[in-house]
Amino acid sequence: MEAAAVFLPFVGYLIVALFGRGLGDRASMAITTLGVNLALAASILVFIDVVGEGGPRTVTLFTWMASGDFQVDWALKVDTLTAIMLLVVNGVSAMVHIYSIGYMSHDKAKPRFFAYLSLFTFMMLMLVTADNLVQLYFGWEGVGLASYLLIGFWHERPSASTAAIKAFVVNRVGDFGFALGIMGVFLLTGSVEFSVIFERIPELADTTFGFLGMEVHALTCVCLLLFLGAMGKSAQLGLHTWLPDAMEGPTPVSALIHAATMVTAGVFMVARLSPMFELAPLALMVVCLVGALTAVVAATIGLTQFDIKRVIAYSTMSQLGYMFFAAGVGAYNAAIFHLMTHAAFKSLLFLGAGSVIHAMSDEQDMRKMGGIASMVPYTYTFMWIGSLALAGVGVVGVFGFAGFYSKDLILESAFAAHGQIASLAFWLGIAAAFMTAFYSWRLLFLTFHGAPRADEKVMAHVHESPPVMLIPLGILAVGSIFLGIAAYDAFAGYGMEAFWGDSIAPAAFAITEEAHHVPYWVKWLPLIVGLAGIALAWIYYIRMPGLGPRTAATFAPIDRLFARKWYFDELYDFVFVRGALAAGRGLWKGGDGAVIDGLGPDGLAAMTQALAARASRLQSGYIYHYAFAMLIGVVCLVTWYFFAVGA
Amino acid sequence: MGDWPFLTLTTFLPLVGAAAIMAMRGDEEAVARNARNMALWTSLATFAISLFVWFLFDRSSADFQFVEKHDWFPEYNIAYHMGVDGISMMFVLLSTLLVPICILASWRSITSRVKEYMIAFLVLETMMVGMFCALDYVLFYVFFEGVLIPMFIIIGVWGSGTRRIYAAFKFFLFTLLGSVLMLLALIAMYLEAGTTDIPTLLATDFAPAMQTWLWLALFASFAVKVPMWPVHTWLPDAHVEAPTAGSVILAGVLLKMGGYGFLRFSIPMLPEATADFTPLVFALSVIAIIYTSLVALAQQDMKKLIAYSSVAHMGFVTMGMFTLTTQGIQGSIFQMLSHGIVSAALFLCVGVVYDRLHTREIARYGGLWNNMPRYAIVFMIFMLGSVGLPGTSGFVGEFLSLVGAFQVSTWVATLATIGIILGAAYMLYLYRAVIFGRLEKEDLKRLKDLSPREVAVFAPLVALVFWMGIYPMSFIGVMEASVDRLMAGYEMPVIEDTPPLEVPPLEAPPLETPPLETPAETGDASPTRSPGESAALEREGLGR
Repeated sequence: MEAAAVFLPFVGYLIVALFGRGLGDRASMAITTLGVNLALAASILVFIDVVGEGGPRTVTLFTWMASGDFQVDWALKVDTLTAIMLLVVNGVSAMVHIYSIGYMSHDKAKPRFFAYLSLFTFMMLMLVTADNLVQLYFGWEGVGLASYLLIGFWHERPSASTAAIKAFVVNRVGDFGFALGIMGVFLLTGSVEFSVIFERIPELADTTFGFLGMEVHALTCVCLLLFLGAMGKSAQLGLHTWLPDAMEGPTPVSALIHAATMVTAGVFMVARLSPMFELAPLALMVVCLVGALTAVVAATIGLTQFDIKRVIAYSTMSQLGYMFFAAGVGAYNAAIFHLMTHAAFKSLLFLGAGSVIHAMSDEQDMRKMGGIASMVPYTYTFMWIGSLALAGVGVVGVFGFAGFYSKDLILESAFAAHGQIASLAFWLGIAAAFMTAFYSWRLLFLTFHGAPRADEKVMAHVHESPPVMLIPLGILAVGSIFLGIAAYDAFAGYGMEAFWGDSIAPAAFAITEEAHHVPYWVKWLPLIVGLAGIALAWIYYIRMPGLGPRTAATFAPIDRLFARKWYFDELYDFVFVRGALAAGRGLWKGGDGAVIDGLGPDGLAAMTQALAARASRLQSGYIYHYAFAMLIGVVCLVTWYFFAVGA
Repeated sequence: MGDWPFLTLTTFLPLVGAAAIMAMRGDEEAVARNARNMALWTSLATFAISLFVWFLFDRSSADFQFVEKHDWFPEYNIAYHMGVDGISMMFVLLSTLLVPICILASWRSITSRVKEYMIAFLVLETMMVGMFCALDYVLFYVFFEGVLIPMFIIIGVWGSGTRRIYAAFKFFLFTLLGSVLMLLALIAMYLEAGTTDIPTLLATDFAPAMQTWLWLALFASFAVKVPMWPVHTWLPDAHVEAPTAGSVILAGVLLKMGGYGFLRFSIPMLPEATADFTPLVFALSVIAIIYTSLVALAQQDMKKLIAYSSVAHMGFVTMGMFTLTTQGIQGSIFQMLSHGIVSAALFLCVGVVYDRLHTREIARYGGLWNNMPRYAIVFMIFMLGSVGLPGTSGFVGEFLSLVGAFQVSTWVATLATIGIILGAAYMLYLYRAVIFGRLEKEDLKRLKDLSPREVAVFAPLVALVFWMGIYPMSFIGVMEASVDRLMAGYEMPVIEDTPPLEVPPLEAPPLETPPLETPAETGDASPTRSPGESAALEREGLGR
């Protein structure tokens, strides 16, 4: 059954990739969509089985690599964590496939698009079912490839192919750490298989090893290296610059890859390796700090963006930060809980934004929108639901949207966890929650309310999306409303130990237990700042629309810092891109050309020629030259004879 | 059937074909056609025979198999001795696979002196296969040097560029320099052991002082062939000037001769010296990986870019094998095989568009996805193989080499891993510039997609890239026993010197680049930018 859940999308991909042109558009879309939907059905069965009677299991397919002790299998490992991910990945992917039938209806390369979507889904499934680090790496790079292909899908746009390369290369920087981390784990434990690693690490808890000339705590070192990979894939501060640019891809791609699934792979990785991270407290602190900083920095940038997709992209980055600091304080269940609810409401928001863009004749700038609420009533409603879930609106003990449960659990866990980093994370999380609510309603108000700012032609064309797009939105909206309350008990309630089994480190249960007993104000604070953010957005964009520019002018340097995304792109471009190119050119012309060839073959050739020329000049043909040379020779010989023999 | 002289057949069948072509007479058109067919069928037959070697090979044995031994110069103890083990066997297949592909790829693009071209290729095949099968040092030397001659002629006569004579001579001079020293080593070893029989030499203990000199002499020869930094500069020139098929063989097989030489001679015969010089090899390998990857980023010529990437990939090979770990050695052999497929295919990809447009300048292309979709997909597969994406052949060798390196020195592994970032950058840049974008240039719009002949050229290579990537055990299984023996005969002297988990001090690059002043006259027209700054960067990056 798990094989069906994983390989059906791949079968769809292969059929369409090989025969897509012969099959035509309709058949290609039908085959891939069917494949993913069947996979979704299979993963529901797998979930029920794994969480219920069946329990966790691993199906080994065949050996991938075996070199000495280095043994890697192709395998499908299914436990609670994987079963959740199977549901999330196949669920969102199925919705996105259906939605894309409508969204991409005018595109001329539909088979290619659907093949890529299915390939992505397969790679993501290989990632979440890996039973060893190398297969995880396979899925990791595989989703990176699919993301590269889909970001650059409209490859005729230079900006799209640039963004695609940027995404791949920045991710490779993360993978640099990931790869080294795998090697480190193998060196330490002699295995790359999760179950063996977890068995052996407790006795390695205090081991140190030499890394780059330093004697370091081994587990901290490998965890940080692996986390570098997670930072790349999940767009954490420092390696985040590719994510906003990735919005060049078609909107369904942004929903599937750059919101719901691929970017959460880093969180999944930390949760999967939680038994190892638990033994590296310093590494966990770094995870926590990076997550918290990302949450707040991304939110500040989100405040100032005008591209509707970019606002949501920064919001994604910010929410990923939440998941990481949850993992950093040991609340892995909260991180995965938020991963799941976020997948629902963020793909809803993205697909809703796609619906808006569709309606506005491919306009993405919110400054050219406004006043369309009544023309796209369903989309408008869905966007509200998504925003309410994102802002985590709900009443403690009564009911809340999906994000309310998961985000509050994260903040409560951070509060309950002791330590300065954790409380810093808590307060940064509260600040980010305030900004999240503000920019979400800024988006809603700018897009749907006020006077229309688009020209008449565009306004005349505004229309609600077809049912094939609205139905997946509706399903995701239901998820965004009810997923939190439905899953809370299993994920963080009293049955959580039984639910999770061994799939995450048990430390999570203790911290969740403590999180249930935080003071009341902690439970209410997220809601209060959220409502304050919404109210402030209302004041800024509905009540007193002139206030925004005036605030921006007053705090011009800060506004510029946020709007220019904290200058990360400029810095990286200057240091790495230009630096590498200049180094390359210098080494080529200077190193290879001047030094190696100049002193080597070319220099030797030139020297031989020069010597030959000089030697040939000696043979002048004049008798007196030769006679003179002979005379000098005789003199030398005689002198030598006198001195040597005479003595 | 096991008694058949398969290796001799594989080695000399191409020579028979060459003789047959040489005998052809008649009008030029007919001779060309017949020569092509003859060469193709001969090389396919050779490949078929070599498949017997693959199927009949006993994977559980580390011994030399298919051994043939006949007296040659009995009074000097020199024999015609052939045989393969798990290390050399797959290189034989790589050679016999690539030659028919090369001949097919040259079907239309070579129009002058077709007869001589086909002869040169078949002679080249004999030399390559013989080199991998030879179990006598003299025989090996003959083949090893013999390879140079047809290759020199192929570059010099059928080369495409204006500087082909320069390139041919540069290629010849560099490799000849190494060969002279190798000959000296050969003589010295013969005087010491009294034989040139390789299995006997493998069992001979050379005195430590002598090992050092022998090692250095062999190193000079093999390092040029690999090529290692800083004796790599012949490679980009040779590739740029060579015809497509010449580049394919050069990248696919000839570069592996150096790596094979290390595995057959330096490492098993000279263990103490190998242990002593390991830091040197590591330093040069890491420099090669980072340095040439950076240089590849700056290239404007497709072939030069791939040539520099070859040097970087071969850096992983030398690094891997000198880790003297199972993963490292197996990884480096695998990386050689994979690179033999992937880089050969990438040169074929360049050849496809070069045949159509007669330029290799990257900037002249763009948007080929629109009218050459099949080409775009094929190119992408090999691009990803070169990038080392898991699931392609490139990943397995690269990753195993790195796993081996990490056990020996985290410095080496970390610096080498930077290569995978840069590798992605330059290959994606190349792919984007050629395939993506708007199709605007008029002459590009007329280009046709791959013909059935070209599809036939690429199909086996595509299949191999995935086969080697997804189920590499077919290949690792072949080399396992031989690599274990290599390690077993080896471990004793090494373990005392380098305890595991210890980082051996990595010496500063012994061949430090002097300050750069004047940009070279050779190469392309763009001016050098701030050489001082890049030299500083280089020192920072390479001298840890």
